[in-house]
Amino acid sequence: MSQEKLLEVTNLKQHFKTGRHSVVKAVDGITFDIYQGETFGLVGESGCGKSTTGRSIIRLYNATDGDVKFKGEDVHGKKSKAELKKFNQKMQMIFQDPYASLNPRMTVLDIIAEGLDVHGLTSNNAERKARVEDLLERVGLNKEHANRYPHEFSGGQRQRIGIARALAVDPEFIIADEPISALDVSIQAQVVNLLKDLQREHGYTYLFIAHDLSMVKYISDRIGVMYFGKMVELADSDELYKNPVHPYTKSLLSAIPLPDPDYERNRVRTSYDPAQHDSSEEPEFREIRPKHWVLCTTKEFEAYKLELND
Amino acid sequence: MARYILQRLGYMILTLFLIATFSFFLMKMLPGSPLSSEQKVTEAQREIILEKYGLNDPVPVQYARYMGNLLQGDLGVSFQLKNQPVTDILLSRIPISAQLGLYALLIGTVLGMLLGLIAAIKNNSWVDYSANIVSVIGISIPSFIFAGLMQYYVGVKLGLLPIAFWGTWQQAVMPTIALAIFPMAIGARFMRTEMIEVLGSDFIVTARAKGLNNTGILFKHGLRNALIPLVTVMGPMAVSLMTGTLVIEQIFSIPGIGEQFVSSVMTDDFAIIMGTTLFFAFFFVLIILIVDLLYGIIDPRIRLAGGKD
Repeated sequence: MSQEKLLEVTNLKQHFKTGRHSVVKAVDGITFDIYQGETFGLVGESGCGKSTTGRSIIRLYNATDGDVKFKGEDVHGKKSKAELKKFNQKMQMIFQDPYASLNPRMTVLDIIAEGLDVHGLTSNNAERKARVEDLLERVGLNKEHANRYPHEFSGGQRQRIGIARALAVDPEFIIADEPISALDVSIQAQVVNLLKDLQREHGYTYLFIAHDLSMVKYISDRIGVMYFGKMVELADSDELYKNPVHPYTKSLLSAIPLPDPDYERNRVRTSYDPAQHDSSEEPEFREIRPKHWVLCTTKEFEAYKLELND
Repeated sequence: MARYILQRLGYMILTLFLIATFSFFLMKMLPGSPLSSEQKVTEAQREIILEKYGLNDPVPVQYARYMGNLLQGDLGVSFQLKNQPVTDILLSRIPISAQLGLYALLIGTVLGMLLGLIAAIKNNSWVDYSANIVSVIGISIPSFIFAGLMQYYVGVKLGLLPIAFWGTWQQAVMPTIALAIFPMAIGARFMRTEMIEVLGSDFIVTARAKGLNNTGILFKHGLRNALIPLVTVMGPMAVSLMTGTLVIEQIFSIPGIGEQFVSSVMTDDFAIIMGTTLFFAFFFVLIILIVDLLYGIIDPRIRLAGGKD
């Protein structure tokens, strides 16, 4: 894996006005980098801002504050339509709900080819069709499926269509927003393996958003843990699983069930209480070990370090 | 598909037969006869006329004769209008009503859709609220009030347009507007609600992620998905508009089928009432068939068995 930065997110904030005076800080100043060719997992409980982060990066929302750089170019600054389009082609998204995210009135062919049309990637109908058929086969469907409608497919097949759709425009970076959480467990594995295979063959970079920790560990090279709009811990996935430091990460990991009755009998869930933190100063994101970052205050930093060295 | 249409045509004929039967017997149960308003007819003349038109026969016999004639396309003759065949009367009046109705429907629907679309895009802004007020007014105020107001101000006071009759395009303007207001209001309301819902759905986000611009999203993904409920209400509305509107035709003295219907009911002109009813019914089932077929085109999920797969 090369260590070239593909995406740099700096202090990204996304606040939503919910009333005259109330603001929801869905994402509140997070910073991370994603390297070329890796899979970055983003985990956290429902409503912690994972999906919002993904959507802000791809500009489905206009960020309140902060920087997103893709290959060194600022994404959120003012840009011409043509530049935006080009950026849009390089970055694609796979959505959570394969039932709702495909237009029911369009054939699979048209759904997949729409991206091609928007970016003018094919010059004639035959080429367009050939491209779509190729994509369908790449995600494990038949080319005969092209003329059918989304409702004729099962959930897993639909998610494959969603993936083919994202791949259509030849992106480099793909944001997978809980791509498997709406699927059966048996299908989840298929889809995750498909994503892995595609990555191996074409060198895609993924931002994989999920709340299923075991699945995230399986697919990700590095993992970021989010809690209430903030990134609380970030590390290589093995490191994070072996040496979780932040209490919230520990709590999350203790919640993973395993198909092992002995283990399950002894599994103790540690619950997380935000009040346990040292409130003497604003916590900062600090590097506790090489490439292992935690959100903590100075005092906590020392405590965590001691704990790690034990 | 062909089989489905054939099957539907079969049901259509059955429906029409039942409607013909029902309305025939209902008509016979009505008190009065076409002759009751004619004072100058003597008892003997009345007998002769009743005998001539077969009105003295038992009702089942009359029914059998009527249905027999109907099968041959003969709707009988008018009592009131000197033995004119009902078919001729209908054929001379239907095109006028249909033309007026079609104009009103097209103008109303297109304007309504535009209004609803704009309201949906500018959701919860002053544009949306004004569009809403316009449609509430359009739905709640009956068309004859608009008709009367227009006749008085545009026709009489300003003298811009003729206030009655049918023939030139100037004469068509006011009745068309008066008729178009209701479908416009309904169209706007349905369009707005549906569009807001559709624009909030996930596949719109997908389209945006593909890089599609707003216009593309609106027309390619939005409009088509919002059309179904609109087609459902607009179908029957097309029937009621194009089969003659009693009040508007009366107000503007337009020689359409609605005006004829009213005067026939007044004079108990039984053959014309029957003929008009059957025509309405025929038109209605036909439009419903068309609407059902349209559903399949607009929404592949309701495409019917035997369609292309």
